[in-house]
Amino acid sequence: MKQRPAADLSALPTYGIGPRSPTWWGTLGFMALEGTGFALAAGAYLYLALSWPQWPLGAPRPNHWPGTIVTLLLIVSLVPNHMLNRYAEQCAIMPVRIGLVVMSLLGIAPLVVRWFEFPALNIYWDTNAYGSMLWVLLGLHTTHLITDVGDTIVLTVLMFTRHGNSGRRFGDVGDNVFYWDFVVASWIPIYLLIYWTPRLG
Amino acid sequence: MSSSDLTSERDLVPQATPKGDLAPERDGPRDTGLDDATLHRWLERTWRTKPGIIGALSSVDHKVVARRYLVTAFVFLCLGGLNAVAMRIQLSGPQRGLIGPDLYNQLFTMHGVTMMFLFAVPIVQATGIYLVPLMVGTRNIAFPRLNAFSYWIYVSGGIFAWASFALSMAPDVGWFAYVPLSGPEFGPGKRADVWAQMITYTEVSSLAVAVATIVTVFKQRAPGMSLDKIPLYVWAMLVTSFVVVFAMPAVMITSTFLILDRLVGTHIFNPAEGGDALLFQHLFWFFGHPEVYIIFLPATGMVSSIISAFARRPVFGHLGLVLSLIAVGFLSFGLWVHHMFATGLPKLGASFFTASSMLIAIPNGLQIFCWLATLSDGRPVIRTPLLFVFGFVFTFVIGGLTGVMVASVPLDLQVHDTYFVVAHFHYVLIGGSVFPLLGAAYFWLPKLTGRMMSERLGRWHFWMAFIGFNAAFFPMHLVGLWGMPRRVYTYPAELGWGNINLFITAGAAVFFLSFVLFTFNMLHGALRGAPAGNNPWDAGTLEWATTSPPPSYNFARIPVVTHAEPLWAEREALPVATGLRVDARELVISTVAEARPDIREKSATPSIWPLFAAIAVGATFLYSIFTPWAVVWGALPIAITLIGWFWPKGDPEDEE
Amino acid sequence: MFAAFGTTCVLLLQGCSGWQSALDPKGPAASELAWLIWFFTGLCALIWLLVMIALAAPLAMRSRTRSDPLVLDPGAEHRKARAVWAALGATTVILVGLTLLSFFANRTLAAIGSDAELTIRVTGHQWWWEVRYENAQPSRILTTANEIHIPSGEPVRIIVTSTDVIHSFWVPSLAGKLDLIPGHENVLDLMADKPGVYRGQCAEFCGQQHANMSTLIIAEPRPVFDAWLNDQLRSAAAPVSAEASAGAELFLNRACVMCHKIGGTVAGGTVAPDLTHIASRQTLAAGTLTMSRGNLAAWIADPQGIKPGAHMPVVDLNGDELNAIVAYLEGLK
Ligand code: HEA
Ligand code: HEA
Ligand code: HEC
Ligand code: CUA
Ligand SMILES: [Cu+2]
Repeated sequence: MKQRPAADLSALPTYGIGPRSPTWWGTLGFMALEGTGFALAAGAYLYLALSWPQWPLGAPRPNHWPGTIVTLLLIVSLVPNHMLNRYAEQCAIMPVRIGLVVMSLLGIAPLVVRWFEFPALNIYWDTNAYGSMLWVLLGLHTTHLITDVGDTIVLTVLMFTRHGNSGRRFGDVGDNVFYWDFVVASWIPIYLLIYWTPRLG
Repeated sequence: MSSSDLTSERDLVPQATPKGDLAPERDGPRDTGLDDATLHRWLERTWRTKPGIIGALSSVDHKVVARRYLVTAFVFLCLGGLNAVAMRIQLSGPQRGLIGPDLYNQLFTMHGVTMMFLFAVPIVQATGIYLVPLMVGTRNIAFPRLNAFSYWIYVSGGIFAWASFALSMAPDVGWFAYVPLSGPEFGPGKRADVWAQMITYTEVSSLAVAVATIVTVFKQRAPGMSLDKIPLYVWAMLVTSFVVVFAMPAVMITSTFLILDRLVGTHIFNPAEGGDALLFQHLFWFFGHPEVYIIFLPATGMVSSIISAFARRPVFGHLGLVLSLIAVGFLSFGLWVHHMFATGLPKLGASFFTASSMLIAIPNGLQIFCWLATLSDGRPVIRTPLLFVFGFVFTFVIGGLTGVMVASVPLDLQVHDTYFVVAHFHYVLIGGSVFPLLGAAYFWLPKLTGRMMSERLGRWHFWMAFIGFNAAFFPMHLVGLWGMPRRVYTYPAELGWGNINLFITAGAAVFFLSFVLFTFNMLHGALRGAPAGNNPWDAGTLEWATTSPPPSYNFARIPVVTHAEPLWAEREALPVATGLRVDARELVISTVAEARPDIREKSATPSIWPLFAAIAVGATFLYSIFTPWAVVWGALPIAITLIGWFWPKGDPEDEE
Repeated sequence: MFAAFGTTCVLLLQGCSGWQSALDPKGPAASELAWLIWFFTGLCALIWLLVMIALAAPLAMRSRTRSDPLVLDPGAEHRKARAVWAALGATTVILVGLTLLSFFANRTLAAIGSDAELTIRVTGHQWWWEVRYENAQPSRILTTANEIHIPSGEPVRIIVTSTDVIHSFWVPSLAGKLDLIPGHENVLDLMADKPGVYRGQCAEFCGQQHANMSTLIIAEPRPVFDAWLNDQLRSAAAPVSAEASAGAELFLNRACVMCHKIGGTVAGGTVAPDLTHIASRQTLAAGTLTMSRGNLAAWIADPQGIKPGAHMPVVDLNGDELNAIVAYLEGLK
């Protein structure tokens, strides 16, 4: 088939950030599917809670303090997270490096407290379905927390190498910021579900 | 919008000017002004899959991955089909002693699981992996390494399931594996775990493909392919991918819950400890119903493509078809309870699901009407692909209408879990999806192989398939109404189901032979067929603009799209874009709605790491059937392989 | 293709006499449903026929000889749009109609059992049915298995549940099916118009012997039914012959006693069918065999050969012992 030149793209930039970049959309896609997973797990909890009048099946109330501390830590971490985002948009390498170190630490901190959350549930996963659901919900979120923190640490190391100084990498930092927002946002409903719904009944 | 608008100054000014500490952008030779031969040499060097075994295992070319997917899925169709043949022989007469209950239960479970998870979903996605980048005019799928990874995960899942079948350890609980039958108490051994874990494999792979497809369609469309110019097939794949994204997590949750109940003693589905067996059904069907549209919607896209090529006109009601695809996608999430009418749910609630199930017939009907309207201009060009489309309308409408019958709560109470339902879903699955797929094979395989399949054999194939299929499955409606439940390995003689089952088996045998003929025709065509040329059917969409088979880089120059049927609209010369680098894998990223060119982005280079990552992930899944600690031990190798995957290697594609 | 339709039509006519057929209703619920099935089928066949006509019509026309596929006739397009809208409207109307129809059919079904006098509780087991006739007086509660007697001409309430996996209770000629789900109780009302024997079969896959989990519903006029119930409430008949007495002895000393119950003896197992009046039943092992001396012996000698996977083990008995046990069971009318 014959061709005729109709557009010259040579002046286009070679990277873009945020919704301009495919990676951002990919991240959004994964957030959508993981979010669906969270929603369904939460739905399963509510389904069981509504099926049994005696929910939470005579179990003691969970101690909400470790969970509340995690929540606060996560919310606080949003501030440096978004500062990091701005630096990444400006392609400022030093502030980005510092920001990533801070975010790695702020990722590890809630994980440490999370360790104490499991015993604070005051029930085991194999005691009854209520216990199972609490552990499942907490476990599901913890998995996301761990993978995202791992991701952040790897990215931090990467930004300290010679590969760091490229537009693409700054875009990756932006996507990492975006994903952390998701990890924080998905925690809030789970936190309410685990610690506060049992207190309603 | 005319093609010159695309390059106006305003569009091309980068929105965020590079600043800060950015390393200076490196540049390389561009395609502007290169003659065809030089351009081909450059692009081939940059985009090819490297020779040798490592090269093959590292390939990230969407066409290579799709071909593997297609072949593998076809193999699973044959295996699943052979399961079916074995079942049909056992059922051909009352009290046949060929196959005992234990084997029979594995057979129908493996048949269902193989057909749904290892054949139908992968094959429609694979077709998309092949065609979508070509149809939207780009050089590779988005996230090509993720795409390669998805294939490896998919084959591991398939091999895993079939290896356990060979060891007589295959699941025997049906393709939806209801608890408590599959639970810790009544499902001893590892059989139900095999079910749950193989779901996880296929899950991960189809989610990955779905995300890659969505991003390809959103961001990699050729300049000018605004939303209204996207081909219907691409729309179908886009909607399907969205359905995958929101449906598959449900079965992921289901199978994870099941594994937890079985492995670590949680009680999520155990009614004795505050769990509930029906919760499993809700979760499963929240996935399971959309699943059937995941299989069906891509087929409607194929039908649209084939019809427009042979009716020699754009499909009537393009917008209506797009809207009905979207409507079906949405509605498919509101129907799941119609699989549970016999569980004794409150009558009023159940009636709601009757209404929603009826509702989905409206967009489905609209699709049928639009196709009929497209065909109604006059006698179309009748070739094998179109014959299969005719077969599709004939059978799918029967299946859809029996769907409407079973959507009625009271009526369903008589036919639920009988051969009537078996008939319904084979009519929609085979009539609605396999027939279009067969038509698509005749239509698009020439693009893959560069050679035509035999038209004469194609017609024989069609008539054998059509007659065999209807002879096998139509009588199932009846035997279901006469009281024959599904999933029985035998039945007593005095119920009078013997003759009709023999007839069904005979039909299935004819249908089987039609597949043998098809296999022959494919192989013969691929090796000996007449050369196809770029556009054997004189069709209008972009995949026909390039050679058959397409080069590794798909298009020497990225097309600029001015019409929904670009090849029909631009018969003299196809407008193309210039200015891309030829020494790096550059492709055009465009804006979501209008497809204005926005970025020249690099596509990932070949890598062996996706394979390693798949091995690490696959081994972890496998091991986790035996101990929950597998997840902990597997984390390290998975992390290592993922770092290997993402760590930049200094290619131009990795930087910038 | 047409051979398929033709053959099925012939088969259809002979099949209507099936005693497990939804098309051969013997009670008000099944009649309502059979009517519904025929109505839907007729309407759907009509719709399908119209679609086929629309599909085939262009084949009879002249080929299109348009050189440019993008040049369309606006008038024709307009007519098509009208036709598609009309078809869409008709579809909507039909679907609304069908939805209402099934809603009202549901109501009709619900009305059948509103004044049921008799309540039977059916519990599913892998792979047999436990049947309990509820009564306010504990002494008049009857537990039996696999065969359900009901009075004809009056509605009966059946409460279904399960203690192991999910089963489904389905007697096509009397009513639609309903699942037996552990942790849930479901209620099904059914009625047989006339005396007769109706076959039912478990409809939810429940494991290895799902295929051999059937039941008989025996509808009898009220007096016959009452007599039957009184008979069944009695303890088991005492053995009459020496052989049968030996059999009774054996039954109570072997594994049988651990699983089965025989009223009036120490055998009180509840994990297997109640055998108090086993010889009065028409079938054995949930419809797997017809009741006869030979089949009883065959079953006890080799339950795993007859119903592979069934939860009854092979009990080691020599020929004489087997005959004795059969003689005893045969007397349990
Ligand atoms: C490709 C797959 C596919 C498709 C497209 C469909 C389409 C539909 N299905 Fe089907 N279905 C399955 C695959 C599919 N199904 C499978 C696999 C199962 C069984 C799972 C299992 O148990 O193992 C199942 C089971 C199933 C059930 C559960 C039955 C039971 O277990 O008892 C129900 C109940 O409502 C149902 C309904 C429908 C409806 C209403 C549609 C509608 O979408 C159909 C709409 C289409 C039409 C109606 C035809 C075209 C329309 C016209 C020509 C317009 C004119 C029409 C009218 C006026 C009515 N399906
Ligand atoms: C897309 C999905 C799909 C497809 C294509 C099929 C295809 C077929 N199915 Fe399948 N079926 C299901 C999905 C599918 N089925 C599902 C989901 C179930 C429910 C399972 C459950 O209850 O859990 C089911 C259940 C099911 C049953 C009910 C079992 C039972 O309840 O006991 C039966 C019975 O007849 C049956 C028959 C067949 C037959 C005869 C075919 C034929 O069409 C098969 C035709 C194909 C072939 C015969 C392969 C051809 C082979 C070759 C080409 C290899 C040879 C090559 C050379 C020699 C070169 N199927
Ligand atoms: C471990 C438990 C167990 C033992 C021991 C056992 N049975 Fe059974 N029996 C069953 C079960 C379970 C069934 C139902 C099987 C089925 O239909 O799937 C059954 C069914 C039967 C039936 C058919 C009942 C019916 O309603 O159709 C008879 C008769 C019978 N057993 C007799 C015996 C005799 C005699 C012995 C001893 C020699 C015996 N059983 C020992 C569990 C047992
Ligand atoms: Cu009980 Cu099937
Ligand atoms: Cu459905």
